Amino acid sequence: MSEQTVASPGAMNGAPESGVDLRRRRFLTGAATVVGGAGVAAAMVPFLSYWQPSAKTRAAGAPIEVDIGKLAEGQMMTVEWRGMPIYVLRRTTSTVAELAALDGGLRDPASTVDQQPKYAQNAYRSRTPEVFVAVGICTHLGCAPTFRPDVAPADLGAEWKGGFFCPCHGSRFDLAGRVFKNVPAPTNLLVPPYTFLTETRLLIGDDAEAQA
Amino acid sequence: MNKLFQWFDARLPLSSFWNAHLSGYYVPKNFNFWYFFGSLALTVFVIQIVSGIWLTMNYKPSAAEAFASVEYIMRDVEWGWLIRYMHSTGASAFFIVIYLHMLRGLMYGSYKNPRELIWIFGMLIYVVLMAEAFMGYLLPWGQMSYWGAQVIISLFGAIPFVGPDLALWIRGDYVVGDATLNRFFALHVIALPLILLFLIGGHVMALHEVGSNNPEGIDIKKHKDANGKPLDGVAFHPYYTIKDLVGVVVFLFFFAIVVFYMPEMGGYFLEKPNFIPANPLLTPEHIAPVWYFTPFYAILRAVPDKFLGVMAMGGAIFVLFLLPWLDRNPVRSIRYRSPLFKGLLAMFVISFVVLGWLGMQPVTPLLTFMAQFFTILYFGYFVALWWMSKNEKTLPVPERITR
Repeated sequence: MSEQTVASPGAMNGAPESGVDLRRRRFLTGAATVVGGAGVAAAMVPFLSYWQPSAKTRAAGAPIEVDIGKLAEGQMMTVEWRGMPIYVLRRTTSTVAELAALDGGLRDPASTVDQQPKYAQNAYRSRTPEVFVAVGICTHLGCAPTFRPDVAPADLGAEWKGGFFCPCHGSRFDLAGRVFKNVPAPTNLLVPPYTFLTETRLLIGDDAEAQA
Repeated sequence: MNKLFQWFDARLPLSSFWNAHLSGYYVPKNFNFWYFFGSLALTVFVIQIVSGIWLTMNYKPSAAEAFASVEYIMRDVEWGWLIRYMHSTGASAFFIVIYLHMLRGLMYGSYKNPRELIWIFGMLIYVVLMAEAFMGYLLPWGQMSYWGAQVIISLFGAIPFVGPDLALWIRGDYVVGDATLNRFFALHVIALPLILLFLIGGHVMALHEVGSNNPEGIDIKKHKDANGKPLDGVAFHPYYTIKDLVGVVVFLFFFAIVVFYMPEMGGYFLEKPNFIPANPLLTPEHIAPVWYFTPFYAILRAVPDKFLGVMAMGGAIFVLFLLPWLDRNPVRSIRYRSPLFKGLLAMFVISFVVLGWLGMQPVTPLLTFMAQFFTILYFGYFVALWWMSKNEKTLPVPERITR
């Protein structure tokens, strides 16, 4: 078997020997490389998909129901969805009315950046003016901003009308989760998909649009 | 691009390494089927390392969580079943490839002068691989994992004086427990693979120093051309890299069939009791190691004395280390050796396979007698080889490779 498989001695020195069809050789090398490459790419799919959330994780990330019947005006509750803190705040009518006055000091007062579902892209960033739902994770580096409804406290200054203050790097958001100018956070707080099942029951993680 | 390469080449031995070990490394031109298994062993090693790294991402090395975490990988993790079956099939594939690789060495006398050290490195790889496989088999924490480990670790208890303390030290507990599982995990995923990597490096470096043997057992370095290249050799790259690549493709074909259609291999690759969580209070009715350990397990059971049985089992492995010095005939290839040698090697291979089968069976008086008979044949090979190889009548070995 050996004699047929071994080329003439010239081939061993890397010099192209006479009678070799180099075009044919190039084609075969190229074709084998392409087929082999496709095989390697296909084999990578399971290894990359392995890092995706598992069936268990996805089940744990299912939408949650929240009862907001006992949430008083001006009060905020924190619930957990997909391991993230979700802030649910019932704003007073006067708070909602005051939001527009802050527009001048905000980076994105009209919520042009895609940080909320369509139905929350309005002046109060929520489905209904009073109930505000947001992911309690600062858009700067991921800390949880603290809820500071107090007006003009000593540490936040006389201008403070209530909002969210991130203790990590000092980012400030108003009570609609809109980011102020001159703070590290680049965008408004993220509003998750949610919907009202009844007047007092919220479904967080899913919205009517997605179900339809 | 070329300039960038030259910048690196001036600072790192890239092209000289390529030359010394691939394009300028000359290999006998007459390699046959049996010479695929070295590169295949390397292929399986890579498969095991990669799939193993991926499995550790979800596996929990604790007695309370291990079994459930493996089932979690099988059911809930995306493609987890595939990665796990690749790893479990890879373990058996590793031993199939290694056993055929070793048989090649026995047939063509690849362990003989000047390749004794390559053989020693190879045997060390084999021993570490057995430890690696044994520790890996505990990790799923099924019934067979648990009781198999319990039995094998108890073997150390047979050593006089220090035995019981040694077994306790290995387990870190009075029986196989959480501590045992945790330390086996550490050894399985990092310590032993690292040792394997160094040993494989030594194996290949020693090989490249003296050059490959071949089915004829002829030294190709005796006849060189004007450039000092062996006349009966071809460059490893591209000739054998391409040939080995074909071997890898064919191997992966069979590997995929097993992974996708018969990952348990009827209970040989993954034993059925291992799908039941470990229960320290209930031994399965019939304990057998995985198939690649069964020849040695049969030898252990064949000896009706605990300590001597352990010694016989250890000796069956240790005697292989001595092979380069037990075989005193300078003729390497089976092609030029006496009919007696051929008969002895056939006897050895048959004994190994039959012992492997016996090691899976429950104990009966007849089977125990058979195990004793084939254990004697197994060791008989080495005794007979030492005795007959001194004055063996061999055929004349050709100077050049002609077939």
